[in-house]
Amino acid sequence: MDQLTWTGTAGTVLLPLLQVALLALALALAARLVFVLAGLDAPRLPGPDGTAAAARSPGELASLAVRYSFFAALGAIICMLAAGAVMPSPVEAGILGAMAVRFWPAWAALAATFVLSIRYRRKLGLYGKLFDSTVGMIGFAIVMFWVFTAIFADVIATHDAFAQMSGLKNKPPGSAAPDTAYGWYLLGGDHLARDVFSRMVMGAREVLKIAPAATLFAFMVGITLGLPAGYFGGRLDTVISFLANLVLAFPVILLFYLLVTPEIRNTGIPIVLAAFLFIFPIIFLIVLFNSRYHTNPPKRNLYVGLVLLIGLWAYSGLAFNRDPLGIWSMQPNMLNVFVSVVFVNSPGVFRIVRGLVMDIKARDYVAAGQTRGEGPWYIMLWEILPNARGPLIVDFCLRIGYTTILLGTLGFFGLGVSPDSPDWGSTIDDGRKLLNLFPHPAVTPALALMSLVLGLNLLADGLREESLRD
Amino acid sequence: MGLFVLRRLGVMLLTAIALTFVVFYLTNLPPNLEKLARTEGSVRMTDEAVQDWIVKNGHSGSIFLRYGQWLGVVPGWTYTDEKGQSRGRCFQIGQDPALAPRYCGLLQGNWGYSTFFKAPVAGSLGAKLAATGWLMLAVMLVMVPTSLLLGVLSGMREGSVTDRTLSTFSIATTATPEYVSGVILVALFATASTGISPLLASYGLIEPNKTLFLASATSAMDKITFWNFTLPVMTIALYGIGYIARMTRASMTEVMTQQYIRTARLKGVPFRSVVMKHALRNALIAPFTVIMLQFPWLLNGVVIVESLFNYKGFGWTLVQAASNNDIPLLLACSVVAVIVVLMTQLISDIGYVFLNPRIRLA
Repeated sequence: MDQLTWTGTAGTVLLPLLQVALLALALALAARLVFVLAGLDAPRLPGPDGTAAAARSPGELASLAVRYSFFAALGAIICMLAAGAVMPSPVEAGILGAMAVRFWPAWAALAATFVLSIRYRRKLGLYGKLFDSTVGMIGFAIVMFWVFTAIFADVIATHDAFAQMSGLKNKPPGSAAPDTAYGWYLLGGDHLARDVFSRMVMGAREVLKIAPAATLFAFMVGITLGLPAGYFGGRLDTVISFLANLVLAFPVILLFYLLVTPEIRNTGIPIVLAAFLFIFPIIFLIVLFNSRYHTNPPKRNLYVGLVLLIGLWAYSGLAFNRDPLGIWSMQPNMLNVFVSVVFVNSPGVFRIVRGLVMDIKARDYVAAGQTRGEGPWYIMLWEILPNARGPLIVDFCLRIGYTTILLGTLGFFGLGVSPDSPDWGSTIDDGRKLLNLFPHPAVTPALALMSLVLGLNLLADGLREESLRD
Repeated sequence: MGLFVLRRLGVMLLTAIALTFVVFYLTNLPPNLEKLARTEGSVRMTDEAVQDWIVKNGHSGSIFLRYGQWLGVVPGWTYTDEKGQSRGRCFQIGQDPALAPRYCGLLQGNWGYSTFFKAPVAGSLGAKLAATGWLMLAVMLVMVPTSLLLGVLSGMREGSVTDRTLSTFSIATTATPEYVSGVILVALFATASTGISPLLASYGLIEPNKTLFLASATSAMDKITFWNFTLPVMTIALYGIGYIARMTRASMTEVMTQQYIRTARLKGVPFRSVVMKHALRNALIAPFTVIMLQFPWLLNGVVIVESLFNYKGFGWTLVQAASNNDIPLLLACSVVAVIVVLMTQLISDIGYVFLNPRIRLA
């Protein structure tokens, strides 16, 4: 059992190639910046005799060089991963190749998603249009990669994320772990001799369990309050806006330090907050169905009854931990984190929804609805809200990223999560104490978190571009 | 204009009072007071002794009255025990209560006594704020010019390769929170084992086992050097650069499609002077607001970076105050934070009106 190298056998050829490509990329980028600043990048205009000048300007040449060297570097990296994937054992595959192999469920699911989506993209509305934009596609791929990693985390992880192996404390990436089934610590060991790679993979699950759900709740709260505030205006708007600005003026970290402490759990404040925040999805759905079907009582009663039944059942379990059947429940510290993140995010959503409603309510179709005699809630939820969906979906993506960052911040300050939790924020916090000597335990989750948020931002960018095109 | 500023100031005052009250309430919750009693008195106190300590030290009674005392609009508490010894908010034990002032709160300049620093809050917080001020100044000096340059360059020709590259860079930096970029920067530049420091050392450009930058900014408290201050400053600045650059780009692309830019181009004015003379002035109005509103964000970054790089400024103090249950210090920190946030909001509003003549406030 030897120490693994980063690139395995294929690296002997591909590494020098990669170095050359990266060097060329750096030079080309620098040259390009100089040419742009010197104003030498404009395309040449046709000459006075009408013939177009064949020669390219220096700026264009530099940008061509940037493009080719970028693709060369990318190609070298992909070859390395692919070569690793076909090699029989981690020794020949190298660390990168072995990791690429371990992620096979995520790759397979990703490939299936892309093939199906691109095949049927014309029938899939805004989601299908996403595949017309390169940026959006890259972002979507990164996000889905982490989603599938979270789903298949048990298969991908090489070790138990909590198991400690003697002798592997702070070992560098690729160290052999002789007593284990897999045999290697692909990304090394942390300060408690646990496998960094497995913790990073399991951490994806921790992060993706909370962030989207918390964002969804924040949207429910923000929409339910923002619609009437923007539509009716007046005193209601003044009061809610003042409260929203109050929360927004709070420095986030101070609020976390005040809200997410063990002591505060004893006072019951998280439960009060949860009781307040978790009621909004139920209100939202009841009003949604009631405003649409109140002319058709049997249907209305069915939908509203279902929402009430399921909603209050979940509500009793999530907010008060008193689910009679014991299916819905949340650990107290998880509830504390969740509630604080929803609380911090809701005012931002409120402001966006309120602004959109104020803009849209002046449109003709809203006036037409009012003239028809539709109720205000019908107009808000079934006329205005669907027309505000573009910016809201974009903001939803951005806000999941922001929530991920917030959760990381909580973990970084050791607030709310259990000390050995593999979530990325607390792993970074654990690793930073020995950052000078052993950077790998902290850098791994840092890169993971960064790539997930980057993916979400790119996805939002692609969606914005495509929804503007409508 | 005057009325607008007055009304804004009124709302600000109301917000400040509401926010400080919330902080006061949350820090003075019974479990926090019990913890304080045990740390100040003794760990082995019985529950009755804890309650007794809380009553004797003026932490009992209505939360509103206690908030009023802290603010300085309600007379400070006094307590005379069975031995006839008096203690109170406004005087030390053993002093004559009759000579002490009746009110002693924030409005009288009494910020309380920090149990963490073992010193009055006002003095110790002042020194920390000065340290953070230097950090903020350096961040602003790096962040503002860089982000404006990037934004203008990419907004100048929308859709060009430069635009795409710089936009991707901006998105990447906004996706990197401070605790991630800090860790990555340290791993790249400030460790002797990985990153570029061993490379530079092997070329003989820096001394062996030295690093390009220092991963701790504690020495910057005494003397700021390029070596110890670069990484903290870059860590905070990077996150803001992307955001401001994107805003500048949006504003610049909008301006570049205006009629007067086309007119100037058709008149034959060179592209560069169109950008410098016609476009820039109008494109920089919107980023001004964004830059001002970045201050509250910087506050966040400062807390993370100061704990990451061990720079003992305002953010570090906030963390220590919160984790050591130092109630007066935490309250003072929140007052400072709230004032910073509200002032920047006000300045950005007023500044926007001054810069943009199209907006008029009755």
